[in-house]
Amino acid sequence: MACGVLKRICGFPEDRKENKRRLVCSFPQDEEFAELLRSYKGNKICTSKYTWLSFLPKNLFEQLHRIANVYFLFICVLNFVPIVNAFQPEVAVLPLVIVLSVTAVTNLWEDYRRQRSDRQVNNLLCDVYDRKQHKYVDRRWADVCVGDLVWLCCNEIIPADMVLLHSSDPNGVCFIETANLDGETNLKQRQVVRDLPQQGSEFNPETFSSRLECENPNNNLRRFRGYMEHPNRTRVGLHSDNLLLRSCTVRNTETVVGIVVYAGHETKAMQNNSGPRYKRSKLERQLNVDVLWSVVILLLMCLTTAVGHGLWLNSLKDPIFLIPGDPPPALAGFYMFWTMIIVLQVLIPISLYVSIEIVKLCQIYFIQNDVDLYSERLDTGVQCRALNITEDLGQMQYVFSDKTGTLTENRMLFRRCTIAGTEYPHHENAHSQELYEEQAGGPEGGGVSHTLRSRSSHRSLSCRSLSCNRSSVSLNTLACDDDTQSHEDTHPTQGRGAFSSAMECLVVPDPLLQLKLGGLSAPLAPPLKQDAAELSHILDFFLALAVCNTVVVSSPTQPRHVVQLPVARTPLRSLEDMKLLLQKLSLPRFTLSPTSSTPPGQPGTTPPSLTRRLFTRGRAATYTPNTPPDTGLTPNTPTASTPGSLTPAQTRTPSPCPSPSPSPSCLRSPTTTTLAGACGSTVEPSAENYTSSDNDAVCDAAAGGKDEEDEEEQEEEDEEEEEEEEGTDEGEQLLYEAESPDEAALVQAARAYGFTLLGRSPEQLLVSLPGTGPLQVPLLHVLPFHSARKLMSVLVRHPLTGHVVLYTKGADNVVMDLARSNAAGGDNASHQSPMREQTQRHLDQYAREGLRTLCVAKRVLEEAEYEAWLKKHMLAETSIENREELLLDSAQRIENNLTLLGATGIMDRLQEEVPETIEALQKAGIKVWVLTGDKQETAINIACACRLLRPTDRLLTANCESKEACEALLAELTEEVRGCKDSSGVCEGAGGDSDGGVAWGFTLVIDGRTLDWALQAELEEAFLALTRRCRSVICCRSTPLQKSQVVRLIRDTLGVMTLAIGDGANDVSMIQVADVGIGISGQEGMQAVMSSDFAISRFKHLRKLLLVHGHWCYTRLANMILYFFYKNVMYVNLLFWYQFFCGFSGSVMTNSWVLIFFNLLFTSAPPLLYGILDKDVSSETLLSIPQIYKTGQDSQAYLPSTFWLSILDAFYQSLICFFIPYFAYADTDISVFSFGSPINSAALLIILLHQVIESHTLTLLHGLVLVGSAVFYYAFGLVFSVVCVTCNSPTNPLGIETRFMSEPLYYCVCALTTVLALLPRILVRALCNTIRPSDTVKAALLDRLHPQEYWTRVSRWQDSLHSCKVQTPRPRPPNLSINADPPHPTHCYPQASAVLT
Amino acid sequence: MMASSYNAKEEDGHHSGAVGPGGPGAIKSKKPDNTAFKQQRLPAWQPILTAGTVLPAFFVIGLIFIPIGIGLFVTSNNIKEFEIDYTGVEESSPCHICSQNYAWNNTNPCQCSIPFTLEQPFESNVFMYYGLSNFYQNHRRYVKSRDDSQLNGDKNSLTNPSKECEPYRTNGLPIAPCGAIANSLFNDTLELLYNFPNGTSISIPLSKTGIAWWTDKHVKFRNPGGNNNNLSAAFAGTTKPVNWRKPVYELDPSDPNNNGFINEDFIVWMRTAALPTFRKLYRIIHKNKDMPTLPPGNYTLNITYNYPVLSFDGRKRMILSTISWMGGKNPFLGIAYITVGSVCFFLGVVLLIIHHNYGSRSNNADIPN
Repeated sequence: MACGVLKRICGFPEDRKENKRRLVCSFPQDEEFAELLRSYKGNKICTSKYTWLSFLPKNLFEQLHRIANVYFLFICVLNFVPIVNAFQPEVAVLPLVIVLSVTAVTNLWEDYRRQRSDRQVNNLLCDVYDRKQHKYVDRRWADVCVGDLVWLCCNEIIPADMVLLHSSDPNGVCFIETANLDGETNLKQRQVVRDLPQQGSEFNPETFSSRLECENPNNNLRRFRGYMEHPNRTRVGLHSDNLLLRSCTVRNTETVVGIVVYAGHETKAMQNNSGPRYKRSKLERQLNVDVLWSVVILLLMCLTTAVGHGLWLNSLKDPIFLIPGDPPPALAGFYMFWTMIIVLQVLIPISLYVSIEIVKLCQIYFIQNDVDLYSERLDTGVQCRALNITEDLGQMQYVFSDKTGTLTENRMLFRRCTIAGTEYPHHENAHSQELYEEQAGGPEGGGVSHTLRSRSSHRSLSCRSLSCNRSSVSLNTLACDDDTQSHEDTHPTQGRGAFSSAMECLVVPDPLLQLKLGGLSAPLAPPLKQDAAELSHILDFFLALAVCNTVVVSSPTQPRHVVQLPVARTPLRSLEDMKLLLQKLSLPRFTLSPTSSTPPGQPGTTPPSLTRRLFTRGRAATYTPNTPPDTGLTPNTPTASTPGSLTPAQTRTPSPCPSPSPSPSCLRSPTTTTLAGACGSTVEPSAENYTSSDNDAVCDAAAGGKDEEDEEEQEEEDEEEEEEEEGTDEGEQLLYEAESPDEAALVQAARAYGFTLLGRSPEQLLVSLPGTGPLQVPLLHVLPFHSARKLMSVLVRHPLTGHVVLYTKGADNVVMDLARSNAAGGDNASHQSPMREQTQRHLDQYAREGLRTLCVAKRVLEEAEYEAWLKKHMLAETSIENREELLLDSAQRIENNLTLLGATGIMDRLQEEVPETIEALQKAGIKVWVLTGDKQETAINIACACRLLRPTDRLLTANCESKEACEALLAELTEEVRGCKDSSGVCEGAGGDSDGGVAWGFTLVIDGRTLDWALQAELEEAFLALTRRCRSVICCRSTPLQKSQVVRLIRDTLGVMTLAIGDGANDVSMIQVADVGIGISGQEGMQAVMSSDFAISRFKHLRKLLLVHGHWCYTRLANMILYFFYKNVMYVNLLFWYQFFCGFSGSVMTNSWVLIFFNLLFTSAPPLLYGILDKDVSSETLLSIPQIYKTGQDSQAYLPSTFWLSILDAFYQSLICFFIPYFAYADTDISVFSFGSPINSAALLIILLHQVIESHTLTLLHGLVLVGSAVFYYAFGLVFSVVCVTCNSPTNPLGIETRFMSEPLYYCVCALTTVLALLPRILVRALCNTIRPSDTVKAALLDRLHPQEYWTRVSRWQDSLHSCKVQTPRPRPPNLSINADPPHPTHCYPQASAVLT
Repeated sequence: MMASSYNAKEEDGHHSGAVGPGGPGAIKSKKPDNTAFKQQRLPAWQPILTAGTVLPAFFVIGLIFIPIGIGLFVTSNNIKEFEIDYTGVEESSPCHICSQNYAWNNTNPCQCSIPFTLEQPFESNVFMYYGLSNFYQNHRRYVKSRDDSQLNGDKNSLTNPSKECEPYRTNGLPIAPCGAIANSLFNDTLELLYNFPNGTSISIPLSKTGIAWWTDKHVKFRNPGGNNNNLSAAFAGTTKPVNWRKPVYELDPSDPNNNGFINEDFIVWMRTAALPTFRKLYRIIHKNKDMPTLPPGNYTLNITYNYPVLSFDGRKRMILSTISWMGGKNPFLGIAYITVGSVCFFLGVVLLIIHHNYGSRSNNADIPN
């Protein structure tokens, strides 16, 4: 300031021991900060691993970490030892060089791509405050440093993790979209650091002189702890609400200024970048065992040779063919051992590992390209995030599924509610929902509302911003023309994470309830007194629904821009009436407190806003109720502040305008703002019922004004006029974006009764009550949902009474407990108790209907009580250590003594084809467990609906209070199951644990508490014993931790393959524990997807993913691996047999190039193709006969026995392949390498034809590759034998192939060898397939049939499987209704028609 | 190895979520192409090996193999072959004395003669082989012990042979031809006399050219200095292999085209045998115009016994053989073909029975057990 050159220097003296980092921003007298500044990581990111210089050594070093490459290297080095070398060095080095260079090239290419994207990202520009020029200047991302002040405008991407210092928003909030980070597209609110003096005025970077201290960089996206110390030594806590994360996008806020705290690789986004997951599949584990066996075989063979060589040498006396100076026999034998390791190195299938990787990549390619797994709704297919466990999909034995969002749509529909003990069944509601479903044409067709949404979202993002990746490019569109729209119509998409589809959430009010509420809006006819008490309950109930949430409101035409309607245009006549009413009710807590005698809300008719003109080009038009930010903290101040109207205008002016010529927005805003006054309104004209025609109208209106400014203004004027005409808020179309679909459903429900949430700011809510205009509800605190509390609360100042009221909603059992605790001391305990019982009854009923239940409660706080609590809470909020725990404590302190208001029942529809999928999985021998946090009754109901629980099943319920009881119960249930099994006895043989078609399906239902006991070490075994006998298990009321515990227990103890599927953050731990984790990219953000191995969009896709792709991937890979083993053993043994005829001297009868190339080139492509394309059974058959899946579960394609049979066959074939030529050429003048020629040729034919025998499908590609390989071999041999005159000594091939291939004897030998070698395998295959065909073979045979016959056979097969089922019809539990669609006929095969046509 | 850490994540996880709401004008749907390849519906032949499907193959193989086998067997039987062991292990053998006192550098060659009788006439060209047993010409270090460049006439290699030739690389001077193979060149001389019944005998003309492969003689083996008639000058500065009695340029002084490295006996020896019991072509007896090449009667094999084999229990043989299109006499292939053919035919019958019993059942009822 006083200095000529103002410099702001930020330092980070890091103190790792304290796990904190200090960031000091001060002025530059301190030179040491200049030093410190340099020591922090810049914002440059470098994800590439190599530079040109370091590539070779680094890459080599990395590659040599693989054991396979080390083996190669070892062989190479061995070959350079003269005494043991087997080949010429250049030949021996070749395999290593090829493998290493193939890997190196792919690495290099990947690295190049990374470098390119790094460069792109690093060169993005952003505005950074330059301390020399006193203004914001463009700077590359890479040059942004820690401590820099960065100025961003709307839709720009945040270059580094920054603490938000200033927002153009008068309330100091800004919205960010974290889609680039976690894929969630709903807006997240961020807040300026509290107590910063600059709020509401232009942010002056020169005067900012606070110090920051925060924790060290970590990867926890949702946690940030630190504090800011102002020059006057006051400290303000910093938390994740203050942090703008790198690669997120600023939305709805015109400009923000932040100070960089983490840059570059220290940002949370980068710290979270852990790359693809690496899991080792079961098959690979098996494979590694067998690789070890090959090593054993190799060692045995080498040992044989070594001993043989020693003995042979020992028996010789001075032979002329021995080179003098050889070591003594024992030592020579020892050397021979190593020589043979070089010679027989191919026995260890090194190329197998590379091949497996290639095959898996191709398998993933095919899975991702499966059009059946593509969801139009989300425009996404299956995403394979783990690259190397495709074959595990074919071996699953247990599937653990989440319920909500996985089995169900997770699109919540408000179904019914109970208030103050009275049930309102909402029959109309149910009816209209059914109607809607019919109209929408099935569950997939929620298209109307989605279309509406996606269209409108085009408009919203009309601000171009810099962006580095595709996702954001596509978001920032200037225009959407008609083409796009029509395209959108055919591909309706929905922004994820936003639950605002108006049509579905539409609630038809219950007539009785409406009648009662009518009393509220028509206070001239005051209801009876007892009704008044009830009415106040109802009022509170709906107010709670409307305010107790974190829903963000946006309007359809500007959905990305939060609507704020601080308008109270209606004269508050009715409000006064209502207060009058409340006073009449003479309930003590509703007396108006003197502090709030001034009615909140704006008196008088404010002119409609011109807010949207303020910022052309769709810049942020974020208006929140224009209250000074400190209103929320000082409850005594009236919330309305008319004079403040000019302040936000200044705030909105983008003062630090970077360009020398101010943009239109800069020019226009001051003038328009003054016109706009304090309040903006974006009330939109729209119809109450969103029929399609209305919808179009809205869309047309939306489409009209999307890019032309003038048009927009024109339209806005129209809208204003309409608003004037309507003069009511009833017809508003608002979109609610909630974090959970329940919230959106509840807000919609409240809205149906006139309790409309109109807008939200961090400090207050704007709610309109029936008969009143919009009311401002000061929002004191939000206590967000926590899985431990199972509650979510808001503290508000009641708009009518002015009391501090806590509204809570949460899991019914928790709320009921907390309400019960109130019973003793409450003033109206007598009233509460029967009501609680009533409510509990209703809750049980809801649960039986499969509805999700939530309880709503409230608590009125005394001012003093609140003050006391607030003090502690503030402490908790500002603390850095244990903030979460303290906050949890703080919340629990206030969330008690609740008064129960009522409960809601929300319906969650099943996803399509869920019952079929579960049935198919069960038939495939997969045990399906459902782990849910829902109530037991709800869970059972859903289980029934998705046919996890069949009418014939026996239901075992386990609910215990203590460990002992649990133990006893487990024993009892096990006994019961055993008893039933024994008595039924019909399917004893076929039954057992694994069979899905067992007569008595037992289903265990266990609740969270009992599960806790059962998971303890002592009861584990009993629990497992019981569950193994049950066909399925339903765990309800389970926590995320329990979910992962269950999965881990089953996986580790039973040693089975487990799959976990879920969609929400609560499933993440389970997904990570399971062998294969599947995320459903659904409504609850991307956390589950991010931690999963595969991401699908619907549960039904699991069926094809497992039954078809899993089966294929498994059999393909297993067969390919076996083939590799076979191939190597077969070929290498030829060399081994030769040792018996060359004095075990390590001699080979093959040209060394051919020897090396044989595996590397001549026979490498066919098995790859075999592993990629082979298809033993068609997908139709696999889907219609799920039982085939069991072959993969039992690892039938790759058992130790099959491995040894392959090896045995390889031994046999190599014997034939060696000894037929041997006897044919014995005692002739055949030379060493001529002898190898027919042997190699026959071996090639055998190996290729062997694959033809093993292949289940042979396409043109197979033919090309097989013939190509053979042709390549012969061409190579011929060319080599002509060209190579003196090369490749001593195995010079000159003239050998040409001479031999002109001899008929050569062909006679090859033909005989090939036929005799393959004879046993063909014979055994044919006999097995004829006499005892396996399921796969039978299915493959089915595939060949004529379609009509095919389907009759398939159904006959299905019938035969069920034939042994004892049909003991069990009456459905009397009070168990099923809320799903009527059961689909089992034997309709959707594929039938496809095949027939 | 195939996965990048940064980009892969972006590609896998992110944009799918964000691409949804619209792109600039053209939204690229990520719907996979519905092509036969991508949906794995390529037209394919699906071989399922069952008794029914493989039994024709068995019959066909049987029907093809048995005639071939018979043909091979007959051909092999028509080949005349005569073999005589002249190692001289038994004391009765004329070469016993020679076999006992051997030495590589024996200046007085040991001569012995073995009479034998041919019962049948040998028609057409007769090939004369020498056979060695228990001689491991395929020993790894033995096989390597040569220098192909030297043998190809390379001047540098002539005076500086490959290290592979050790310890037969130099003997004061560089050895030409170097290496163990050349060093152990078979150096017995065999002569064949036909004894007329009247007691006189006539030496049968043995052709010593045409016994090596054409490629070896004309491409692979070359004398240094090309068609230089003065071989001794070409080989100047080199010395003979240790065990040899004369330098390489005196292998066949009578015929310049069969001397030096292109001496066919030498070439034949240098093509190392694959198995420890082998024969190598020694001479060819070209057929006469009107009479059998070798009429039945008494013959005498005159041997200049130089090559020691007893030290490693080796055997030396002289073989006379005619050849056919399939080479020398070898009944094995014929028998093998006939056997395999018959087995296939038999298995075909078995499969037919099985197919009759099971085939229809497996086609009809898919009763899982």
